[in-house]
Amino acid sequence: MNKVFDKEKGDCEYNAIQTINLSKRYGDFVAVDSINLEIKKGELFSILGPNGAGKTTTIKILSCLLLPTEGTAKIMGYDIKENPQLIKEIIDVSPQETAVAGHLNAWENLKLMGGIYGLGKEEIEKRACELLDLLDLPGREKEQVKKYSGGMKRRLSIAMAMMSDPQILFLDEPTLGLDPQARKTMWEKIEGLKGEKTIVLTTHYLEEADALADRIAILKEGKIIAIDTPDELKNNIKPMKSIVIKTKNISDDIVKGIKEMYSDVVFKANKIEIKAIKLNVDKIVDYLRLNEVKIEGISMKEPSLDDVFFELTGERVNK
Amino acid sequence: MRFVSLASRNFKELYREPVSIILGLLMPVGLLVLFVLIGKNVPLDIFTPNMLTPAITIFSFAFLIMFSAVLLSKDRQSAFLLRLLTTPLKPIDFILAYFVPYIPFALLQILICFTVGMILGATYSVLNVVLSLVVIFPMALVCVGMGMILGSLLSEGQIAGIGSMLITSIGIFGGIWMNLKMVGGVFEGIGYALPFAHAIDAARNVLSGTGLRNVVTNLYWVYGYAVILFVFGVLSFRYKTTSN
Repeated sequence: MNKVFDKEKGDCEYNAIQTINLSKRYGDFVAVDSINLEIKKGELFSILGPNGAGKTTTIKILSCLLLPTEGTAKIMGYDIKENPQLIKEIIDVSPQETAVAGHLNAWENLKLMGGIYGLGKEEIEKRACELLDLLDLPGREKEQVKKYSGGMKRRLSIAMAMMSDPQILFLDEPTLGLDPQARKTMWEKIEGLKGEKTIVLTTHYLEEADALADRIAILKEGKIIAIDTPDELKNNIKPMKSIVIKTKNISDDIVKGIKEMYSDVVFKANKIEIKAIKLNVDKIVDYLRLNEVKIEGISMKEPSLDDVFFELTGERVNK
Repeated sequence: MRFVSLASRNFKELYREPVSIILGLLMPVGLLVLFVLIGKNVPLDIFTPNMLTPAITIFSFAFLIMFSAVLLSKDRQSAFLLRLLTTPLKPIDFILAYFVPYIPFALLQILICFTVGMILGATYSVLNVVLSLVVIFPMALVCVGMGMILGSLLSEGQIAGIGSMLITSIGIFGGIWMNLKMVGGVFEGIGYALPFAHAIDAARNVLSGTGLRNVVTNLYWVYGYAVILFVFGVLSFRYKTTSN
């Protein structure tokens, strides 16, 4: 396929977003450090990283809320510094916090966004009807939003970002604070949009990025430290072994003893998970038995994105 | 005309909040009735319906400070404003959308206070009522401007405290239920350094039939404050939305 490359607009035939040495500094603090990204049209791209990694700052720059200190970005070929108003017409953002109008109902919230984007009355009605179906609010669409549950408000917040039918949709931590069931429902909704729009999703839930993203960029201290598909990221790390031991009567002192043997040990709900490139299972089991710990089960785990992150950064995303 | 959608939302937020109706529309009526009843036992000129009606109408605008400040601050803190800032709305759209909804509310306050005042015995000519709007209405602009400054710079919790202080100060220094000139001294000085006492004096005079020509000095104070506070309100809003 022949690509058309326009120096002024960037490679906008294939790329929805292109960043060139994008940086943002606050005094001495570097929030975003020379990021170079190319996000293809129709791609679901996830930006992953711990709190303070620069995910939200990157989204704010790309959605023309912040000006970069250095570098620039092109959104569908438009420069964020030169054409913010044009960019705002073709993007929409669902911010990290739920951003809905509490005294309005779901229908009115959607109509509000339609009006702001200058849609015609008929189009507003049509799109609002479609999105209300997607929202799954049986019989509650005329109720004031302040009475909705957290999950319902989140779904509405995302639907509001889709009201203008944007070419690029930024979802900043769309499932933050949701219970596992609501999170799964939200994943299904986002999954349904794949291919239709370019979606940039920031999250610090690794399983979310793993389940949804076509490609992932891992951010640490404002820098991209890895970028690839979830499978490739997992394939590229050193074969890390992981063992999960279910116990009955383990004490903190015994866990401390295991931590002296291995650095990556997580103890939660009577389960101890140990990750290392070289694991001596016999030694661990002997140690537990010696301390009279009752072992209820042992299982091995495949590498996860969490392992990728640990391998790359030496720390866990969700500490 | 994209601001209309946001203005309509802000209008609904205001009218669907029971506190706005209670404080902004019902409380002034209660105060009017209360002071007219007090006036029956305390025969002071200031407690007559003719004097109280314009004063309490202007005092009722003080609640607009709270309403506009709280709405703006809440939107700012809840990320709703952040969402709006990523839309194609322009700065002028935001200013209009956060200002226009208070115009019908202020007109409603005027209508209710004057209707109740007249029921309680106030007598004004239609012409004087219309002329008094020239003095009374800019005070709504003053209050919304103050609300925009507070809403841009303070959190909801801070607004509750500072807003209450402002409303109480307007009650004391506006000369609504006491004659500032009789009290004199610092009270009079502070009162007449602010626009409320000027607006109340001017409205009372215009309603008594003196015409606008005799209240020109008061009008300078009222319009001066209206312009300054409105400009500061706009600047605070712009500063806060671009400073991040």
